[in-house]
Amino acid sequence: MLGLLASILDGVLIGAVYGLAAMGITLIWGVMDVVNLTHGAMIVAGMFAAYVLVGAAGVPVYATLPIVLAGGFLVGVGLYWLSVHRVIGQPPLMSLLSTFAVNLVLVGLGTAVWGTDLFNVPASLPGFSLGRYTFPGTHLMAALLTGVIALALYFFLYRTRLGKAVRAVSNNREAAELVGIPTARVLALAFGLGVALASVAGMLIATMFPFTVLSGDAYQLKSFVVTVLGGLGNPTGALVAGIALGLVEGLTTPFVPVSWTLVIEFILFVVVLITVPGGLLTLFRRRRPA
Amino acid sequence: MILRRPFFWIIAAIVAAFAIAPAIGDNIELRESLVLAAVYITLASNINMILGYAGYVNFGSIVFFGLGGYFSVWLMSAHAWPLAAALVAGGVAVSALALVFGLGILRLRGVYFALSTIGVNEGVMAFVANFGPWGGSTGIYLSPALFQPLGGPAKALWVIYYLLVGIMGLSLVLSYAVKRSKFGLGLLAIGQNEDAAALLGVPTPRYKAIVYSLSAFLPAIAGGLYFFKSAYIQPPDAFDLQLSTETIVVAMLGGQGTVAGPALGAFLYEELRGWLLTSPTFSHFQLVVAGVLLLAIVLFAPGGLMGLLYRLWPRLRSFLE
Amino acid sequence: MNALLEVENLSKQFGGLRAVQALSFEVREGTILGLIGPNGAGKTTVFNLLNGVFAPDEGQVRFRGADITGLAPFRVARHGLARTNQIVQPFANMTVLENCVVGACFGRENLPLARAREAAREAVTLVGLEDRLDALASQLTIAGKKRLELARALAARPTLLLLDEVLAGLNPVEIERMIGIIRTIRDSGISILMIEHLMQAIMSLSDRIVVLNSGAKLAEGLPAEVAADPMVIGAYLGDPGFVDKLRES
Ligand SMILES: Nc1ncnc2c1ncn2[C@@H]1O[C@H](COP(=O)(O)OP(=O)(O)OP(=O)(O)O)[C@@H](O)[C@H]1O
Ligand SMILES: [Mg+2]
Repeated sequence: MLGLLASILDGVLIGAVYGLAAMGITLIWGVMDVVNLTHGAMIVAGMFAAYVLVGAAGVPVYATLPIVLAGGFLVGVGLYWLSVHRVIGQPPLMSLLSTFAVNLVLVGLGTAVWGTDLFNVPASLPGFSLGRYTFPGTHLMAALLTGVIALALYFFLYRTRLGKAVRAVSNNREAAELVGIPTARVLALAFGLGVALASVAGMLIATMFPFTVLSGDAYQLKSFVVTVLGGLGNPTGALVAGIALGLVEGLTTPFVPVSWTLVIEFILFVVVLITVPGGLLTLFRRRRPA
Repeated sequence: MILRRPFFWIIAAIVAAFAIAPAIGDNIELRESLVLAAVYITLASNINMILGYAGYVNFGSIVFFGLGGYFSVWLMSAHAWPLAAALVAGGVAVSALALVFGLGILRLRGVYFALSTIGVNEGVMAFVANFGPWGGSTGIYLSPALFQPLGGPAKALWVIYYLLVGIMGLSLVLSYAVKRSKFGLGLLAIGQNEDAAALLGVPTPRYKAIVYSLSAFLPAIAGGLYFFKSAYIQPPDAFDLQLSTETIVVAMLGGQGTVAGPALGAFLYEELRGWLLTSPTFSHFQLVVAGVLLLAIVLFAPGGLMGLLYRLWPRLRSFLE
Repeated sequence: MNALLEVENLSKQFGGLRAVQALSFEVREGTILGLIGPNGAGKTTVFNLLNGVFAPDEGQVRFRGADITGLAPFRVARHGLARTNQIVQPFANMTVLENCVVGACFGRENLPLARAREAAREAVTLVGLEDRLDALASQLTIAGKKRLELARALAARPTLLLLDEVLAGLNPVEIERMIGIIRTIRDSGISILMIEHLMQAIMSLSDRIVVLNSGAKLAEGLPAEVAADPMVIGAYLGDPGFVDKLRES
């Protein structure tokens, strides 16, 4: 019983980080209807940024977070102008392909530099014990930092002028333009934020698990699953869905072989897409009385 | 009727060139490079029917190739089916399965559809990796004895090559015949504006399901041949998302929606790739080059090479499709 | 004269908004029925219900005796009901001819390709686009696109044509032409149900008129009757422009 509880709790901690990554995808989607396929590559970029900063520059592990956040943001803004700006408002294929192209370039460069070997970021924190079970301190820290970042994002979107501009553009781009919001710059900002979230998620994952240049695909897919469960374009939904997914993983791990959880997740993913494209949260929202 | 069109003869010439070139002087190196080109052309021509004609982005089209490979290899190894029967059975089974998947996910549009196709591919891969009869994550290894009916391994490779070239030719003819047909016109209308097409009477759900299933048939057979040639099949090779997306790159490079474009794109891409892999400086940069190429096409020449050619010589339109 | 299209008690809600409420009317063979009402009255929604874009919450649509309520749009088209869109929806990367071939191929007669090309050519000629036959639809002016909408619907050789504001956005010369085209279509035996804001045009074209307000039928009758109906004028006091336009005609 205690074992199950521990497994669930650990699943929730990791799920929170999935949620953080998914918030990056969902934010970009909500604001500009673009599915960012550089997401996986930027998660990996966050991992390797942490690796290099810790290994070569001797930066303390958790002090890399603000650096990765800022770097991710700048790279994201650059990627927006490079690959997304020209295809805004075109059929979805175009932005899918242009971001996918950038993903190929990044993965190619990564493989050229680091090959496909396994890396890890040495991070150790005192764990937290519950009976016979000990939760790794890194997992607790990752979940904690995820919470802080999510709150900061919430504060930014709902309490600052700039954040309100982002939400205005997200709701109705033409109307926002009419009231004088410089939409292109707001889109670039949102893209930068989305990419920053992806790379920070990557940095946090790197403190928990080993990784390769190619790890991005798996985490990107996981982010898609979480994003769809939470409803495309809904950051809160993404965080909740991430935690829920982690919870389900933790719950099933003791009973179902790990390799089957992927099957279950993708079936869930496709079924949710078809039946409740607005995300699972819409099921709990009260229908408006007729 | 189709025989009278010049474009049909262009297809015939391409197939003939593929068949004859490596046979001259028994050039095995050339054959191996053309095998990959033929596979790319097959995959690109088929994805073009759903991507270029109907406008649906299928990121996971490789699932057909992989499943076809699994069905055929399994029938041959576990049930001792002869090659031809195993290939056809694989094609039919995968098309039927595609119809079932298609009826579900084709209700989705745009990005939602594209994401679901990734889900289908990854879900199937995860399933196969756990599926005992197909060897789970170790996959299936074929005994060399299976090459005996074809006259031993060396000869078998030639037979496989010619079969693949045949499948490639059929893919081009199919792609062309569909484009010229009423069915194809309906697909093109769906690709331009699905709602308007439905209002005009195009049976959109049926057409989409048919094209999704049709675009699975020949890639499945190609998968059977390809993995028979390798003599083993494993989930990551069979359901390689990278190859799947490269297929889209290739179709875009040549010009989605045209018949010749995907073939041209596939051929050039494969040659470029082969060259990059052998060149010592660039061997790491295959993906980088593919990416830069794709980005340039999407941003500056969304019509691909065919679009550029048409713009330079508008008269090409009358005989190149 | 027989009723070609019979609409009975049709209703549709969007969330809390009653877009169409218990609407009944009929279109008789060989006539033009005008459907008018202020912006947001629910006119386009009525078309969408007839076409199967939305299924109605209640009510029935019978077309030539057959129940077509809630059928999918492509099935409705096969029954011989064609339509133009208020916001033009051309197949932008197809030529004018190809656009119309789609209409001819998949409409009422379900023609094979070769014969569809003939029908398409006829339709293109009828709307006067024959010199743009091989132009891409995206290259047409807005007036050209409006005519293309019409040609594409006509190519299907429908029994009933639904026209959603085909005159909107045209200049006076183009409007005159379009009115002529619509008369020709009617004279060729195709019945028409048309939405129009341009009062003068709809009053002169229609055999009968149905007035819609907030989704419900406000009045119905001959153009002159409707124009004189105090109910109609009264209900539109909130929209003085509308009353003026009614008086004008
Ligand atoms: N798909 C939809 N979902 C929700 N509301 C809708 C939908 N379609 C139309 N409506 C609403 O239904 C009402 C009627 O719209 P409709 O387009 O039928 O009006 P209309 O009479 O054609 O107006 P106009 O003259 O401006 O074209 C409007 O309030 C509109 O906002
Ligand atoms: Mg309207």
